[in-house]
Amino acid sequence: MNCLWCDEEIMLEVSWTSLVNPTKPKQICESCEKGLVELKGSRCERCSRVSSSTICEDCQWWENYHHGKDVIDFNYSVFSYNHFIQEIIAKWKYRGDYELGFVFREAFADHFHEKFGNMTDVVAVPIPLSKDRLEERCFNQATMLASFLPVPTVEVLSRVHGEKQSKKKRRERISSKNPFILSQKLNKAVLLVDDIYTTGTTLRHAASVLKEAGCPKVYTYTLIRG
Amino acid sequence: MVNNDLLVLHRYAGKLLLQKEVPFAVIPQNDFTKIPSIKRNLLYNQCQRCGNQKSSLFGVIPCASCSKTHLYCRNCVAMGRVMECESLYYYAGIAPDWTSYESPLTWNGELTPYQKEASHQLVQAIQESWKEFLIWAVCGAGKTEMLFQGIELGLKLGKRICIATPRADVVRELKPRIQQAFQDVPIQALYGGSEEKEGSSQIIIATTHQLLRFYKSFDIMIIDEIDAFPYHKDATLPFAVNRAKKTNSTTIYLTATPRKEHRLQIALKQLAHTYVPVRYHGKPLPVPQLKMSFSLKKELKWYNVPKAFLQWLRNRDNDKRQLLIFVPSILLAENIVSSLKKDSTIPFQVIDSVHSEDEQRMDKIEKFRRREIDLLVTTTILERGVTFPSVDVVVLDAGHSVFDEAALIQIAGRAGRSADDPTGEVIFLHDGKTDAMVKAIHSIKLMNKKGGFK
Repeated sequence: MNCLWCDEEIMLEVSWTSLVNPTKPKQICESCEKGLVELKGSRCERCSRVSSSTICEDCQWWENYHHGKDVIDFNYSVFSYNHFIQEIIAKWKYRGDYELGFVFREAFADHFHEKFGNMTDVVAVPIPLSKDRLEERCFNQATMLASFLPVPTVEVLSRVHGEKQSKKKRRERISSKNPFILSQKLNKAVLLVDDIYTTGTTLRHAASVLKEAGCPKVYTYTLIRG
Repeated sequence: MVNNDLLVLHRYAGKLLLQKEVPFAVIPQNDFTKIPSIKRNLLYNQCQRCGNQKSSLFGVIPCASCSKTHLYCRNCVAMGRVMECESLYYYAGIAPDWTSYESPLTWNGELTPYQKEASHQLVQAIQESWKEFLIWAVCGAGKTEMLFQGIELGLKLGKRICIATPRADVVRELKPRIQQAFQDVPIQALYGGSEEKEGSSQIIIATTHQLLRFYKSFDIMIIDEIDAFPYHKDATLPFAVNRAKKTNSTTIYLTATPRKEHRLQIALKQLAHTYVPVRYHGKPLPVPQLKMSFSLKKELKWYNVPKAFLQWLRNRDNDKRQLLIFVPSILLAENIVSSLKKDSTIPFQVIDSVHSEDEQRMDKIEKFRRREIDLLVTTTILERGVTFPSVDVVVLDAGHSVFDEAALIQIAGRAGRSADDPTGEVIFLHDGKTDAMVKAIHSIKLMNKKGGFK
């Protein structure tokens, strides 16, 4: 197995322990893995950002914006945003190197068990790409992430074509129109899956569509807290 | 043909295009020929754009656009993804003409007798359309100037010319010099992240990587620093260079340190070549001095400044020179800089490091050239193709495997490059001589001898 990022061969150490109890083959070598930094310490309970207060300022603002009740119950993210992960995401998502997504498989599944493991009867809904964008990229990174989870994935959302979120400024993002359309009502808890939580606008747009259709709980699970 | 059409053709003819890059709106579809993008063989697959055959560099993608699961190439994905479900295209219509210039050369410097001889042979090679020709010139011989008359002849004959090199830094350094010599000829420089991307000019200066986009495009292919990393390691690059050449073309190799295969070809008289043994200023190459330090590995492990280095620094011949320190790894480059800064005995004001992943790399190199940085710690990225007027060179841990013979000769060649200060000290700090060090010094002495120095 070669490292998905640097293509160096990954050597597995053979010891009695690994012989008896083989570890899962790694997708990324140790030195590259050091570049991925998991979020740690005290975080905002609502959006997973590293913060000393229980609910950070941004989330209080969102709560006000939605008249006292935020549309997402909470967000949980695995990695913090840094230059290295930005490069991986750029190659994976924008250049379209599909296989790179498997770098995150283990961590994404492990953290799911930690945070959402005790939830029963929850379905994963990946944030969709617009039809044009999907045609261009040939895969949806959120769907790929959702496939790493041990819960059923339902693709019930669709998206109208618009400008890329990453090209917009914060103010423009927050005030943008809701691009999502729901094709089927879901009467159970939903886990919205996406690659990155930046301002939280996209996820809240999707969540509000779900909530309006009677969805009891909407959690969001994202790879990175931007 | 309308002028406008010619511009479009210059841009697209001679390129290998992805499906989405083909300008179906402006050029009739019949003029393009399709080839499969990924060839499946019995034992391996091959990307037809970059030649990649390594199985770990092919990915499998459940494609949403063709609804099948198929291969894509991970090796050249940064230049746009090659998908198995899409073909590659090249232009197969009537080939566009290039301009025949009357007297394009605007350079009026003087060549040394050695340079003249090499230049003369190059002109002959182009005139008689030899297949290959190698110019072996010591570091600092003034290779670029030797090319001018050959390029001029090519332009007079209306040929398309490419100057390729494995290093982006070298491309950036060459562009202004070539442009200066041919002021009225459009020249584009292509490298990862370059401003110009079209690749539509008659003269192209490009990294060998960028040639992956070209297809039977150039009459004259000049490959500078043919022995440099990654050209001799990465099979993709010779593949790209070969495809970018027209069927009847002339290939010129430039090198200061030919590798074994070329030396063998020369010895067997299979490769026409010329040898330029003297630097343009007529002074010999500085011969590296070996300095042994038993504690070197230990000191570098803790990122301490080696004592042997400090000792040399105190007794340096000319303390006005800037200092260039080569180290084997990025990590060491970054860490040793902080130790150097802390050491108050070091007589340098501005100390910095540079490496391939440094975002300010270009900026720092420029600053060093302008003498705004006094001491620069670098990885092997600055081993070749760059000229600083007056430097001493130190290699920390010269025994490391990244410093092979060619690298060490090139590194030594950074010193004493200007006529104002034609000497410079080169120190190989090591904790045990390696073959590479001994051979490098031997080669440098041999080259000096051939140049008529004792």
